[in-house]
Amino acid sequence: MDTTQHTGLLAIERLFAAARVQGRTAFLPYFPIGYPTYDESLAIIRALAAAGVDGFEIGIPFSDPLADGPTIQAATQIALENGITVRRCLDAVRTLRAEGVVQPMLLMGYLNPLLAYGLEDFVRDARAAGADGLIVPDLPPEEAELLASACEQAGLALILFLAPTSSPDRIALVARAARGFIYLVSVAGVTGARANLPPDLAAFIERVRAQTAKPLVLGFGISQPDHVRQLHGRIDGFIVGSALVKAAQSGADAVRDLAASLHAATGAS
Amino acid sequence: MIQAKNPMHVDAAHLPDARGHFGEFGGRFVPETLVPALDELTAAFHAAMADPAFQAQYSELQASYTGRPTPITFARRLTEHLGGAQIYLKREDLAHTGAHKINNALGQALLAQRMGKPRIIAETGAGQHGVASATAAALLGQECHVYMGSVDMARQRPNVFRMQLLGAEVIPVESGTRTLKDAITEAIRDWVTNVENTYYLMGSALGPHPYPLMVRTFQSVIGIEARQQMLEQTGQLPDVCIACVGGGSNAIGLFHAFRDDEAVDLVGVEAGGRGIASGEHAARFADPNMGRPGVLHGTRSFVLQDSDGQIMNTHSVSAGLDYASVGPEHAYLRQMERATYTLATDDEALHAFQMLCQLEGIIPALESSHAVAEAIRRAPTLPHDAIVLVNLSGRGDKDLDTVLKALE
Repeated sequence: MDTTQHTGLLAIERLFAAARVQGRTAFLPYFPIGYPTYDESLAIIRALAAAGVDGFEIGIPFSDPLADGPTIQAATQIALENGITVRRCLDAVRTLRAEGVVQPMLLMGYLNPLLAYGLEDFVRDARAAGADGLIVPDLPPEEAELLASACEQAGLALILFLAPTSSPDRIALVARAARGFIYLVSVAGVTGARANLPPDLAAFIERVRAQTAKPLVLGFGISQPDHVRQLHGRIDGFIVGSALVKAAQSGADAVRDLAASLHAATGAS
Repeated sequence: MIQAKNPMHVDAAHLPDARGHFGEFGGRFVPETLVPALDELTAAFHAAMADPAFQAQYSELQASYTGRPTPITFARRLTEHLGGAQIYLKREDLAHTGAHKINNALGQALLAQRMGKPRIIAETGAGQHGVASATAAALLGQECHVYMGSVDMARQRPNVFRMQLLGAEVIPVESGTRTLKDAITEAIRDWVTNVENTYYLMGSALGPHPYPLMVRTFQSVIGIEARQQMLEQTGQLPDVCIACVGGGSNAIGLFHAFRDDEAVDLVGVEAGGRGIASGEHAARFADPNMGRPGVLHGTRSFVLQDSDGQIMNTHSVSAGLDYASVGPEHAYLRQMERATYTLATDDEALHAFQMLCQLEGIIPALESSHAVAEAIRRAPTLPHDAIVLVNLSGRGDKDLDTVLKALE
C-alpha cells in the first residue's frame, strides 16, 4: 500500500483510484461546521472518519443558501447563530487534521462569504489549513475564472457541477474544465433526502459518462443504503448530506450508524 | 399586421454584455441546474423582441389594458410651497394595478406564454409585483404562485387579498427575515425544482442575467414616455430625474431613456429606514461599513453584509424597498458617476407622503414617497426655471394601515 500522504487535487484523484481498485463507490459525507454546536460537529466528522468514509464535504454556513432544502437550511442557520464564521471553519479543518483525520476534505460554501474573506486569501488559508478542494454551488464555470486560477496555483480542486438539465455543450465544457471530480446533481431541485432515486438518472449519468473519464460523484437526494447499491458501478462516488444532518438531531451515534450502513453498501453486492 | 407604436428594443449600445455584465457587476451566479434555463430564457427574450407580432401584442395590451401612456402631472401647489424648482410627476400610480410593476409583469407573462410555460412563480415585497403578476396571469389564463415573506404579508394585507382575488396562490415565507430577500430565495428554490414547466417572473432589475436586462427593457417605457412628454409640455428636458431604488426597476425604467442626456442628473433614493447610524435601513450605497460589492440572488452588486459575508437584515417602512441588494446596473451607473444615490429615512418618506396627499390630492406609495422626499429636499435649492421629474412609481392605498400606525 502506498503510504505517501498526498494533498490537494492529488489526494482527491487518489481517493477515486483507490476506491476503484477496491471495487467500491467512494462515500463523501457532507456535514456543516457548527451544527448542532462547533464541538459536536467536529466530533461527528471524527466519527465519520473513523467509520472509514473516503472524503468529506465540510459545509461553511451562509445566511441565504439557495441550493439547499429545509434540513441543511435550518442546520446552517443554527450554525450561524452559534457564531460560526469562515475563519472558524478553517480552524475546524486545521483541528481535524491535527487530530489525525487523513481523508481528503473539500470545503463547501456559497460565494459571498468567500468573496468577503477574499478569494485568493481564502484559497491560501484553506490550503494551509489542510483542505484539498472547494465546492461553490452558486458559481458556474463562466464566473469562476479567478477562483479557478487561484485553486490551480495552490493545487486545490475546484469542483464543477452538472445537472440533468445540462446540455451536451455544457457537459463538454465542464468535462474539459473539471478538476478532481464532477459533481452530478441527481435531480432538478434543492438538497434534501428523497425516498427514491429519479427515474431518468441512469440516462443522465450515461450522457455525462459518454463525454468524460473523470470521476463522477452524485449528490442531492441520496439517503439510503439501497440508493447506494443501485448506483454501484455507474458512478465513482456519492454525497449524503441532509440525511446525516437529520440523523444528527438524534445524536452522534445515529450519524455513525447511518454512515456505517451507507458505507457497507459501497461495495459490490 | 398591427405595428407596435413604440416597439421595445433591447438597447445594444449600452451594457450589459452578452454574459450580463455591467462592468464588474451583474453576471450569473446560480446553481448549475438553472444555467440552461437562463440560456433558454435569454434566447426566447431576444427572439420575442425581434418579433413584430410579440411587440404588437405587448404594445396593444399596454395601451388598452394598462392604460398607457401614463400622464405627467405638474405638481403646482407642491412647487409653490417649496418655492424652487418646478416639480413634475410621472404618474405610474395611474397604471392598471396601481404601480409600474405591470409593465414588466405583462411583458414577461407574454414571454412565458410564448415559451409554453403554463406555471408562473413570482416573489413580492410590497405586493405590487405580486398583484401585477397575478393580474397578468389571470389575463393570460396562467397558473400563478407568489412567494411573500410573512412579515410583508402582515403589513400589506390589501395586496394579499388582491392577489387571492385574482386567482393567485400566495405562499407565506417563514425563513430568514421573512421579507423580500427570503421570498426571492424561496422562489429560486421553487424554480430550480420545477424548471421544466415553470416561468420565474422576477419583478425587479435584479437576479441573474437576463433578468436585469429584461426588466429594464420592459420598464424603459416609463422614461421613453416621460422624455417625450417633458419635451412636449415644457419644451425642455428635466434637470433632474428622481426615483426610489429598492431593486431599482422603476428607477432604471425612468433613467434609461435619459442615459445619453448628459445634462440630466439621475438620482436614485434608497431607504434610509431609521437612519444609517441605527443600522436599521436598506441603504446599500450609503452605509460604508455594511454596503459592499458581493453576490446575492445570482448577481454581483452592492450588498448589505456583515464582515463575514452573511447577508444583513434590513429595515424600511416600505416593504418594496426593504432589500439587502440593489440592481447591478445601479451599482454600475454609480461607479461610472452617471447616477447618484441618496437616501430618505422612514420619517422623511412619511412626511413626503402627507405633503403629496394634502398639496396635490395624490396618495403615493411609501416607496415612491422616498423619491418625493428627495424632491422636497432638493427643489428649494434650485432656481425657479429648473425642472425636477419624480417617478411616482405607485399609489399608496396599500399603505394606509402602515401610515396610520406610523402617524399614531
